[in-house]
Amino acid sequence: MDLGKVQQMLLKEIADLDAPPKGAYNIRSNSESVARQSTENVNIIPKENASGIDIFIKPDTKGESVHIPVVISESGIKETVYNDFYIGENADVEIVAGCGIDNCGQHDSQHDGVHRFFVGKNARVRYVEKHYGSGRGEGKRILNPVTEVYMEEDSYAEMEMVQIKGVDDTTRTTTADLKAGAKLVVRERLMTHEVQRAFSVYTVNLNGDSSAADIVSRGVARDNSFQKLDLKIVGNAACKGHTECDSIIMDNGKILAVPALEANDVDASLVHEAAIGKIAGEQLIKLMTLGLSESEAEEQIINGFLS
Amino acid sequence: MLKIQDLSFFVPDDGAQKEILKNISLTVPEGKLIVITGPNGGGKSTLAKLIAGIEKPTDGKIFFQGEDITDLGVTERARMGIGFAFQQPVRFKGLKVIDLIRLAAGKKLNVVDACAFLSAVGLCAREYIDREVNSSLSGGELKRIEIATVLARNSLLTVFDEPEAGIDLWSFTNLIEVFQRQREEIKNRSIIIISHQERILNIADEIVVLDSGSVRTTGSRDEVLPELIGTASAVQACRGTWKGEDC
Ligand SMILES: Nc1ncnc2c1ncn2[C@@H]1O[C@H](COP(=O)(O)OP(=O)(O)OP(=O)(O)O)[C@@H](O)[C@H]1O
Ligand SMILES: [Mg+2]
Repeated sequence: MDLGKVQQMLLKEIADLDAPPKGAYNIRSNSESVARQSTENVNIIPKENASGIDIFIKPDTKGESVHIPVVISESGIKETVYNDFYIGENADVEIVAGCGIDNCGQHDSQHDGVHRFFVGKNARVRYVEKHYGSGRGEGKRILNPVTEVYMEEDSYAEMEMVQIKGVDDTTRTTTADLKAGAKLVVRERLMTHEVQRAFSVYTVNLNGDSSAADIVSRGVARDNSFQKLDLKIVGNAACKGHTECDSIIMDNGKILAVPALEANDVDASLVHEAAIGKIAGEQLIKLMTLGLSESEAEEQIINGFLS
Repeated sequence: MLKIQDLSFFVPDDGAQKEILKNISLTVPEGKLIVITGPNGGGKSTLAKLIAGIEKPTDGKIFFQGEDITDLGVTERARMGIGFAFQQPVRFKGLKVIDLIRLAAGKKLNVVDACAFLSAVGLCAREYIDREVNSSLSGGELKRIEIATVLARNSLLTVFDEPEAGIDLWSFTNLIEVFQRQREEIKNRSIIIISHQERILNIADEIVVLDSGSVRTTGSRDEVLPELIGTASAVQACRGTWKGEDC
C-alpha cells in the first residue's frame, strides 16, 4: 500500500488503521482502489458498470471483519460509489467503513457513498462508519451517505455512525426494512461547527411481527452551524420502535428535530424522545469545582456526550 | 485556613430583597473538622456555594490561606485547594465514573488507583468504574460517586454538603472512617461537613448552627452538642411554647 502522509492521517482518523487491517479489506484513495484483499469467507468484487464493490459474506461466517475506508486528499474530486454487502445467513461480522476528506484546494471535494446491506436470516452485523474532514482550502468537504438496510427474519444490525469534525455539508439518508424478529440499533453522533450543515433523515419500516428498532441520534451544533434531524419509524406489524434525538446547541448553532411516528397496526408500539438545549450550567460548575476552566469543562462534557 | 467576614447574600424577591445569609462571620482553623448544621432552608448550602465561588456574596469577604478570594471564580478557588461535594450531585450523559475521577485527580490515574476512591465509599469499584454518570445510577450510588470524586481531588479544604443523604446504614459507618482518614492523610487539611446526623456531629471539632441565615451558635462539640440535642426535638419546642403543659 503506497499512501501519502495525508492519506495515512485520514486512515488513522476514520478507521484507526496504521497498516492494512486483518481480514478482508478494500482501501479507496483518490477514487482508486489502492489495496484489496478477500478471504475464504469474505469476497470483495469490484462492480463492472459502476464505481464500487460487492461484498459477499458467506453464511455462517463468524467473527470476521471487513474494512472499506475511503480517503480523499485531492481537491475537486466528486464521486458516487456503490457498495453492496450481502451478509449470509447466520453470519456474525463487523464492517468498518468511513470516509476522510482533506481539502486544501479551491474546489469542492465530494464523496457520496451508497451502501446497501442485505442481512440474511439470523445474521448479525456491526457496522461502524466515521466521517471526518480536514484541510484549510476554500473548497468544501461534502459527504452524502445513503444507507439502505434490508433485514431478513431474526437478523440483527447495529450501526454506529459518527461525524465529528470538518465536514462542511452532509445529507445522511438511511432507510431500513425489517422482517419478523429483525432488530436494528443505530447510534448516530454528529458534531457541526463554523457554518457547517448536516441533515440526517431516517425512515425505518417495521414490517414483521416482533421486529424492533432503536435509533438514537446525539448532536452538538456549535458556532453558526445547522443540523436537521428527521427520524421516522413506520410500524406495520406488532413491533417496537424507539427514536431519540438528543442535542446540545452552543454559540449560534441551530437544530431542528422532526420526529415522526406512523403506526399502521394496532399492536405497533412506537416511542419518540427529543431534547435540545445548551449544556447544563450545573454540569459546567461541577467540572469547574474540579479545577477545569469553563472551556475545558465544555470540551469534556461534549466529548463525553458524543462518545 | 478559611476566614469568612460579614458575609451576606441577598436575592431579588418581587422587587424587594430576600436575605438568605446575613452577616456571617466564621473562621475555619487548619486541621479542623467543622460541622455546620441547622434547620432546612437555614442557608447552609448557600454558604457552601459562596465558599466554592458558585455564588457571589452581596457583601462581605472570604479569605483562604490569607488571600482574599472574594472576587475569584470557581476554577481559581478549586485550583487553590477548595473542594466541594454537592448536596445534589450532577449527572452527565456520556461521562464515565473513571473520567470524573481522573478529571478530579488532575492527572492520568491508573484504574487501580481510581478504584481505591470508589472502594473508600463502599462501592464495588469493578462494577462502577466504567458506568456512565447518568440517570441510570441510583441516588445513593450517585452520592457516593460524588464523594469519591471529591476525595480524588485531594483538596486542602473540602466542603461536603450532606454527604450522608441517601446513603445506607452500612456505608454510613464507612463514610465516617473516610472523613477521619482524610484528616490523618494531610495534617493541615480542614473539612467542613454540612449535616443533620448526630453521628457526624459527634466527630466534629467545632459545630456551627446556622438558622434563618445567621449563625445561631458556634463552639466546640462539647459546648454545642448537648444544647443542640436538648432543644432540637419538636417535643421540646412544643413544651417551650406551652410552658410545660402536656401537648
Ligand atoms: N437563588 C435563590 N433564589 C431564591 N431563594 C434562594 C436562592 N438560593 C437559596 N434560596 C433560599 O434560601 C434558603 C436557604 O437555602 P439553602 O439551600 O442554603 O438551605 P439549606 O440550609 O442548605 O437547607 P437544607 O437543609 O434543606 O439543605 C432557602 O429558603 C432557599 O429557598
Ligand atoms: Mg442544603
